Amino acid sequence: MEKVLTSKELRKGMKARVATVEEGEDPCTRLMELGLIPGTEFSVTKVAPLGDPIEIEMRGYKLCLRRTETECLRFVELP
Amino acid sequence: MGNPNAGKTSLFNALTGARQKIGNYPGVTVEKISGDFTHEGDTFEVIDVPGLYSMTPVSNDETVAVKVLEGDPEPPKLVVYVLDASNLERNLFLFSQLAETHTNVVVALTLTDVLDKEGARLDLAKLSSHLGCEVVPVIAHKGIGVEALKEAMARALASPDELELDVGFPKVVMDAADRVVDHMNRRGVALGRREARCVLLDEQCTTSERFRGIPELWAVIEEERQTVLGASGQGRTLDAQARYAWAAKVKKDSITPPVERRRSGTEKIDYFLTHRVFGLLFFLGVMYAVFQSIYTLAGPLMDVIDAGKSAVADFVRPMLDGTPVLQSLVVDGIIEGVGSVIIFLPQIIILFFFISVLEGTGYLARAAFLMDRLLGWCGLNGRAFIPLLSSFACAIPGVMSARVMPDERSRIMTVLVAPLMSCSARLPVYVLLIGAVIEPRYGAAWAGFSLFAMHFVGLAVAIPVVLILNKGVFKGKRLPFMLELPKYQWPRWRDVFLTITSRAKVFLVTAGTIIFAMSVLIWALLYFPRGDNPRYEREYSSLSAARQETVSLEQFQELRQREESILGRFGKAIEPAFAPAGFDWRLTTAILAAFPAREVVVPAMGILFGTGGDVDEADEGLVSAIQRSQWPDGRPLMTPWTAMSLMVFFALCCQCMATLAAIKRETNSWKWAAFAFVYMTTLAYVFSVAIQQIGRLVS
Repeated sequence: MEKVLTSKELRKGMKARVATVEEGEDPCTRLMELGLIPGTEFSVTKVAPLGDPIEIEMRGYKLCLRRTETECLRFVELP
Repeated sequence: MGNPNAGKTSLFNALTGARQKIGNYPGVTVEKISGDFTHEGDTFEVIDVPGLYSMTPVSNDETVAVKVLEGDPEPPKLVVYVLDASNLERNLFLFSQLAETHTNVVVALTLTDVLDKEGARLDLAKLSSHLGCEVVPVIAHKGIGVEALKEAMARALASPDELELDVGFPKVVMDAADRVVDHMNRRGVALGRREARCVLLDEQCTTSERFRGIPELWAVIEEERQTVLGASGQGRTLDAQARYAWAAKVKKDSITPPVERRRSGTEKIDYFLTHRVFGLLFFLGVMYAVFQSIYTLAGPLMDVIDAGKSAVADFVRPMLDGTPVLQSLVVDGIIEGVGSVIIFLPQIIILFFFISVLEGTGYLARAAFLMDRLLGWCGLNGRAFIPLLSSFACAIPGVMSARVMPDERSRIMTVLVAPLMSCSARLPVYVLLIGAVIEPRYGAAWAGFSLFAMHFVGLAVAIPVVLILNKGVFKGKRLPFMLELPKYQWPRWRDVFLTITSRAKVFLVTAGTIIFAMSVLIWALLYFPRGDNPRYEREYSSLSAARQETVSLEQFQELRQREESILGRFGKAIEPAFAPAGFDWRLTTAILAAFPAREVVVPAMGILFGTGGDVDEADEGLVSAIQRSQWPDGRPLMTPWTAMSLMVFFALCCQCMATLAAIKRETNSWKWAAFAFVYMTTLAYVFSVAIQQIGRLVS
């Protein structure tokens, strides 16, 4: 069984895949529209000096998000 | 239209050049930018629709964009979809939604040069056949493809073609949609396949509203939803997955990726500029440079404008000697009013120069990335940093620069607290009072500290204000903070120039008109009713000789005239209200006179404390007059507590009609300007009374 991570546990340089998305919360629809849907693979490219936000690279582009606003997502770390 | 950062504005500038109009969409703070161009004798009107990520809007900006696209006030004859070739998948998500609205579309493909640099190859024909419409590659700032795009637009307008795109939803979804359509049609309810799919996958689909109230129809939909979604009920996930699967396929078919991925220049620069230590140091350096430039570079320019204003006034004054009312109206009302508008231009131009250069290079987004945590916890976000910082020089460019924030809610909050930052016009008051009261008593160290502390009063008060606004005033959805760090590049000087000129124009035309009108109004309130000069002369001659030495007859008459003007009477009338704060009628009148612009407070105090209006904050006569000033019963007026109470009042009070005019302009409503005025003035009053009362208890 793979370990399921929350956004707080993402570290710089980590590669991960979106495992689940909990629909119904406000920011979540938008995150899906931006391409964060179950199965999307990404890597964490930056973490801001103060720990938040983080920048991820997925689907050929990079996006900065707050850890606190991606709580509806769960991730699985990739090797 | 297109995603944010797809190159829409650059393309719009290339199409229309300087022929742009900036207005506002009714009822929201979203700017409406339109323009036109002529191609082979036909004139085309173009609207730059705000950037959006999805046709399901979450912000006012996006709502406006969707409304325009859906035909409010009139359906667009043609949509130019700006597609970022270097970010194809996400850009195609929105395209797949647009393609379902039966519109005539031409695609402008931007940033193909980025693909080339990365070593990727693009198959234009394949992309075009997938999208089902004409695709024109454009590199707007170099002018490449702009003519071809104009031709394609002319062709598409001559023979309109509705886009019909099928992204390929799972069969189970479409079968269910067909069953719903059949069912509805049998009952005589018109429903398309696309709407049926929307109803099935998205609970908030607007079409759902038609059926929610009719139980027997709604039951059918609910049943089919169960079939499609099962227990999870996650229809939007299905929708997004289908669209992204299509987008990924289009990308795979039309772009051959480079053999190996190199570390780009941007990534190398970012290693330093977003680094924990170097990144923050560099950021502080840049912000210091920006702030210093507004603070110091603008000064000499403002002096030139001020001198120019005086020169014009001196030139005009003798010509109107025969008609004193007209003379005063022209010199003190109109020339003063025009001068007080132009005086802000240097700061606005300098700030927008920096902002457009920082934005053009891509650094502005990094600044927001670095600062977001600092501002995010109380409900603002990283993008508010520059507006708030520049407000320490002057709130007007600060308020205007809040437009770098794409989300309306944070924009309004930033605009509302920006005037709390201690602007440079408050400095003379601090220097005067600290010099007169704090320094002689407590020494230079405390004087320096109080000056420093005064700059934090507004900032400290701003935090709870934002928290309250966030919880109480703004209801509804909060947007997730989203930010893309664009690739570094040299700023395009043409875009920098266009930004500066359009901002200066907007300020002069809209905010300037209001400031000018208020100046003339204030002039009238201070000018009428005309005073009784012979009576003032008699009063003057009864003054003591020592008093007469410090104030000339003319100054005395001016003082009495102001006292008995409409504004002056009002100042006297409200004196009791300010007694708990420890202010006498001279201070209340000075405060009142400073409401249009706090710059005038030191000259006003000069007049009121009998040293004449021609003083500055370092004037020794004024300093000693303030130190010697007393209440009628002989108590000293200016205790340290009163000085503090007065300084805090100036720190918090909204004494700047130009700022209010800028707020009105940027929020597109007097409501927010009035709100800022009321809340700041209330806070100022409450705080200054509290300080005076604490002082009374302590001593």
